[in-house]
Amino acid sequence: MTNGPTAPAGPHGPAEVPGTVTTTAVPVLALENLSWSVGGALIVDDITMRVGEGEFVALIGPNGAGKTSLFNLVSGLTRPTGGSVRLAGTDVTRHAPHRRARLGMGRTFQTSSVFGDLTVGANVGLAVQARTGESRRFWRPASPDGGAGATDVLDLVRLSHRSDVLAGDLSHGDKRKLELALLLARRPRLILLDEPMAGVSAGEIDELTTVIGDVHREQGCTVLMVEHHMEVLLDMADRLAVMHHGALLALTDPDSAMADPEVQAAYLGDGA
Amino acid sequence: MSTVILLVVTGFGLGALYFLIASGLSLIFGLMDVLNFAHGAFLAIGAYGTWWAANFLPGAGPDGLGFLLAVTFGVAAGTLAATLVELCVIRPLYGRHREQILATVGLSLAVPALIQAVWGADPLTFPKPELVSGTVSLLDVHIPRDRFLLILAAVAVFTVLWLFNSRTRYGLIVRAGVQDRAMVTALGIDVRRSFTLVFAIGGAAAALAGSLGGLYFGVVTPTQGLSLLVFAFIVVVIGGTTSLTGCAIASVAVGLIQQFANYYTVAGLGDIAVVIVLALVLLTRQGGLTSKKSAERVA
Repeated sequence: MTNGPTAPAGPHGPAEVPGTVTTTAVPVLALENLSWSVGGALIVDDITMRVGEGEFVALIGPNGAGKTSLFNLVSGLTRPTGGSVRLAGTDVTRHAPHRRARLGMGRTFQTSSVFGDLTVGANVGLAVQARTGESRRFWRPASPDGGAGATDVLDLVRLSHRSDVLAGDLSHGDKRKLELALLLARRPRLILLDEPMAGVSAGEIDELTTVIGDVHREQGCTVLMVEHHMEVLLDMADRLAVMHHGALLALTDPDSAMADPEVQAAYLGDGA
Repeated sequence: MSTVILLVVTGFGLGALYFLIASGLSLIFGLMDVLNFAHGAFLAIGAYGTWWAANFLPGAGPDGLGFLLAVTFGVAAGTLAATLVELCVIRPLYGRHREQILATVGLSLAVPALIQAVWGADPLTFPKPELVSGTVSLLDVHIPRDRFLLILAAVAVFTVLWLFNSRTRYGLIVRAGVQDRAMVTALGIDVRRSFTLVFAIGGAAAALAGSLGGLYFGVVTPTQGLSLLVFAFIVVVIGGTTSLTGCAIASVAVGLIQQFANYYTVAGLGDIAVVIVLALVLLTRQGGLTSKKSAERVA
């Protein structure tokens, strides 16, 4: 498998960790000794990391490194066998996924997960209602366009012109944008993107990159993203988190990370 | 001609019964991936609840408003049973399909056994209100009135489910959850609440099928739910799990095929004909008649 990047020669050298965000504030996401094993196999191995407010961290690593498993632990789809997850200071290790979402954590999945049989507007409407309708109003009618709030979110991801289209009929890139819109409707502090560019056509990648950049900068979302497109990552990410065999190999600015001999060995070793 | 009309109306009546059972099964399977073999138990509880109320509940009776109250009691009992089963049996077993099947099959055997222990294995004569006794003449054909009641009830349930699906917040959550449960959760929605609700709705419809099945067959037996459940499962497979309309069409189709095959060939061949249709659908359209996709998520 040669799916990792070739490490750059590193003209800047292993510098003095310039990308590290050293805020004294409470990190948006803090993982302490997070581990997950299944039947004796350690899939996620003792990961400790912090992601600061407004930071953009890219999670990379060879296939099978445990990136999606880590996402599942952070978002609550699986329970860790050890360690803890804190979201903006709150221990959410034992919270169900929907409670983490309510506390401001949004995530997307490797396969795009929009609701194909609903229109784009109804998709966002569902997400808006998920935020506003947490009171127990049982028979509150579902407004077909999602009501106020839905249009703003669709504007953000540049999909407002397609509000009446069935989500299943969107191009892959547009589905990805709609997913972002669904997350944004919740006004999250932290979003986890699991390979958002996977399967998106080359022509759509630029626009999707721009949209993700907007979400990060203009909405002030903290982003943790798994991605294989290195050129996209190196542009956007403040720091790279490199995973290998379930463990965190490096967590530093992109240049230093790519120059790290261990990281190079992990990629070249797996690729050989 | 008169035979055809009789067969059509009776087929629709039987289809209505199947729809009442299958709509709940299909919702539960579509949203929760639970094959609910205990669904027949809700039907039996509805049937015996109605029978008991008509005979013993003060204010209820075998006729008129009293019968309506008896049916309400039966449906309430079935709904309560379904809610309890979801909370106490299904919820602790989410995602554990083998255990779910064992537990629900167990319930499907235990509830009829319990009923049999209390009221015996012999068929009990079901009360028949004046209004639905006898026949109606339609183009010189005498059609039992209860067939029309069954059809009316199924149309009413279809309408209510359709309104629930398309007009309420929970309906939207259920539709979205059928397509992608993980994403609904990622949006911050507690999808488990919808699970309980869907189970309760399914239980209510099945219990109503129990009451109306009592009218249709004239008697109730502890195992009535089990035999109807088999055909309801076939309806779910043929109709697919994503569409209420698909479920309704498949229910009517199965009811009609059964009636016509039983009448024009050898009695009993109707069941075989239904299984042949099932095989054909499985061979040609795996997700059922209305299915468009078969995508699955590996999270």
